[in-house]
Amino acid sequence: MECQAESDSRQRTREYLAGLKLLKQGAEARVYQGKFLGKAAVVKERFPKTYRHPALEEKLTHRRTAQEGRAILRCRKAGIPAPVIYFVDYVTNCIYMEDIEGSVTVRDYIMTAQKNGRNLHDLAEKIGKILARMHDEDVIHGDLTTSNMLLRPPHQDLDLVLIDFGLSFISALPEDKGVDLYVLEKAFLSTHPNTEEIFSALLKSYSASSKKSSPVIKKLDEVRLRGRKRSMIG
Amino acid sequence: MTIVIGFEGSANKIGVGIIQDGKVLSNPRRTYITPPGQGFLPSDTARHHRSCVLEVLHEALEEAKIQPKDIDCVAYTKGPGMGAPLVSVAIVARTVAQLWKKPLLGVNHCIGHIEMGRLITGAENPTVLYVSGGNTQVISYSEHRYRIFGETIDIAVGNCLDRFARVLKIPNDPSPGYNIEQMAKKGKKFVELPYTVKGMDVSFSGILSYIEDMAHKMLSSGECTPEDLCFSLQETLFAMLVEITERAMAHCGSQEVLIVGGVGCNVRLQEMMEIMCKERSAKLFATDERFCIDNGAMIAQAGWEMFRSGHMTPLEDSWITQRYRTDEVEVTWRD
Repeated sequence: MECQAESDSRQRTREYLAGLKLLKQGAEARVYQGKFLGKAAVVKERFPKTYRHPALEEKLTHRRTAQEGRAILRCRKAGIPAPVIYFVDYVTNCIYMEDIEGSVTVRDYIMTAQKNGRNLHDLAEKIGKILARMHDEDVIHGDLTTSNMLLRPPHQDLDLVLIDFGLSFISALPEDKGVDLYVLEKAFLSTHPNTEEIFSALLKSYSASSKKSSPVIKKLDEVRLRGRKRSMIG
Repeated sequence: MTIVIGFEGSANKIGVGIIQDGKVLSNPRRTYITPPGQGFLPSDTARHHRSCVLEVLHEALEEAKIQPKDIDCVAYTKGPGMGAPLVSVAIVARTVAQLWKKPLLGVNHCIGHIEMGRLITGAENPTVLYVSGGNTQVISYSEHRYRIFGETIDIAVGNCLDRFARVLKIPNDPSPGYNIEQMAKKGKKFVELPYTVKGMDVSFSGILSYIEDMAHKMLSSGECTPEDLCFSLQETLFAMLVEITERAMAHCGSQEVLIVGGVGCNVRLQEMMEIMCKERSAKLFATDERFCIDNGAMIAQAGWEMFRSGHMTPLEDSWITQRYRTDEVEVTWRD
């Protein structure tokens, strides 16, 4: 049985969230926008996924809430841009954090830029550089896509912020960093057709910025091969 | 009016299907079934296909009530798949195409699944989860390609299930996956297994080696039953699949899901996907074993689309390939 304090806390959160604006429903959380102690905030609520077995659900949701908080803190300590965390509620699995006001996702930025024929080279370099720093801190993001990177206004300044660290973990292994880049590469190229050149600029800047990039890039090549060569039957 | 005949034999199923403008005229199939504890080897599978392909072809023509002269195009699976079975079926397709003086068309197996799923369910532009013995991919269409957003970074989900079935000596008749599904219904205890999602990608090899390692220990100590293991494995694998599908949907802003491939006829997987879809007011499309599992009609359907948009495979290019990614094909029949 759940104790009284917990159910009170759930009730309070429900009431609080009801007063906020639902920004969007992502893959694993609802994101609300509003004020938290007078600050512009977003609340990321990992609501229960009823398709999952309850035991699996509880474990995953709790773990991811904790991981997200930890990774963001570690990044911020190392000067890697990520939103400020105001509060984490483990009872309702809510993270209260800074609202990056007026931001756009890198995904939307690239799509608009492609339409207008704008050069994306600088953006690619910037992303490469920040990911290199993140990996040098042994933070593996786990879900790198262009939807999980924001640009603060004014957007052309390329002030990049990393978000959505729910699948992140700490590892120094080149294998994990290589897979992290592989996940990004696939998401990048499938979301933005004909950007192979831009992505290779990103990798180049990553290699130039990271102290430990060469085994990582080697692993990336290995992981790519796994994808290509996999026997595909059935 | 365009009639296309399709030959499929990339794994342990051999099928011949005939499609006439979106209508399945016939779709007979045979499955090569091995004893419990054993997988199917390429050479034995090819032998099986060779021994029954003509019979299946006769059945297809008879049931469709057409003559070879009515056919406009002969489609066959070019890949991906097992080499020997692919060759054995491609030879038949090549032969009849020359006998009947009809154009030949090599089809990507994965595209066959997608096009068949779209035809049967009427899904417009879905995020596709393609799950089978050799493939695990989350696919979405854009700019003339079926683009792979997520996939397994090691073994396929069906392969994981098949190999687990071998460990427990679960029969391969009618299919290991079907028998696991039935046993899972009686499972009660949830055994915690590794859960590996990396962005929109998944990994199953860790789960397989864990369960291969632990299964007999847990069973002999009475910690759980074989049914519990089936249940826990399904719950874990399918939760991962639903999760990456949802990730791809959120990323692409899609409101439709289509499940294709042999594992796609698992009702529990469909149930879980349905719940996820409801939560985001999306729509689920799935088919039953006739069209989920490898069949000839799916090759005919993809062939029909390709043929109508001007594709043909000259005889000298009518080879097969074991590796042929979904995103290698230029999709000329969609906007």
